[in-house]
Amino acid sequence: MEALSILAQQAEEGLTAADQKSIAAAANAGFAYGLAAIGPAIGIGYLVGKSVEAMARQPEAAGMVRTTMFLGIAFTEALALIGFVVFILLKFA
Amino acid sequence: MFFALEFPPINALLRWPDIFPTFNKIGLIAVLSALIVIIFYSMANRQSAALAPTGVRNLAETSVEFIEEGIVMQTMGKAGLNWTPLLLSLFLFIFLCNIPGVIPVFQMPATARIAIPLALSLLVWVVYIGTGLKHQGVGYFTHLLWPPGVPTALKPLVGLIEFVSTILVTPFSLTVRLFANLLAGHVLLVTFGLLTEALLFARTSQVFLVPMSVLPFIMLVLMTAFEVLVAVLQAYIFTILAAVYINNSMAAHDEH
Repeated sequence: MEALSILAQQAEEGLTAADQKSIAAAANAGFAYGLAAIGPAIGIGYLVGKSVEAMARQPEAAGMVRTTMFLGIAFTEALALIGFVVFILLKFA
Repeated sequence: MFFALEFPPINALLRWPDIFPTFNKIGLIAVLSALIVIIFYSMANRQSAALAPTGVRNLAETSVEFIEEGIVMQTMGKAGLNWTPLLLSLFLFIFLCNIPGVIPVFQMPATARIAIPLALSLLVWVVYIGTGLKHQGVGYFTHLLWPPGVPTALKPLVGLIEFVSTILVTPFSLTVRLFANLLAGHVLLVTFGLLTEALLFARTSQVFLVPMSVLPFIMLVLMTAFEVLVAVLQAYIFTILAAVYINNSMAAHDEH
């Protein structure tokens, strides 16, 4: 443990400002994508679950339900994808 | 001890050297996609329409039927059948730009650079605003800004939201959806490829690490299969959303 903390201290001292910035950017990018994925995950789960329920109740309407489901997924998923773009921007830009 | 995984800078994954000036692999894929579609349908067109379709024409007719049954009839109804050519070309072009992401030699979806998705969604944007203007005249914009059937107190707010979402957010979200999906897939495949390589050639004293490289490799194979699914699904979703937007501007406020 002691050796590790000394190692960490030494590592911290050797960091330049640019290194620290990129570390912060990487950590924040991870958080940004993680947070952005929560909402759409719940949304898509709920949406697909309900669609399966509808298809099981009325198999003859399955085609229409499937189309609408894909539409809903596309709109919900956009939020997660914007989160991913933010991740790329934070990490690499 | 730890060994660090060297992840290449993002430009190494996405920026390709020019084959000749102003023309790189992305351009090559886009041109090839367009050429494949044109050649395929002219070959199909050469067969007689009176006979039972065989070979190329069979596939071509199936694709047209898929667009008509799966996209046009589901979203626009019979009135939208005229839009089949546009939607079919959108679907095939996007699909053929997506699928090189999993084809060896190419290994890069052309839609993972923002240029092609942006151009396509601007095309759709022009088409659906043009359709709105053609069907409703200038009333298209006034309907957007002053939506009928909404309480007057809320009209400015709803109108503003409607206007911004139709004019600005829609093309943006069309672009980002296609672009980010394919970019994410590309980066994912690169990540698992790199993991496999790093474990296979790791200079480490712990020999048991090396056979572990089979785990990211299995993941890589599964992800490749998933990327095929994504390529089809994103082309389908882009086309179906284009159909929905065009349909909205065709008949949105006829009932009032």
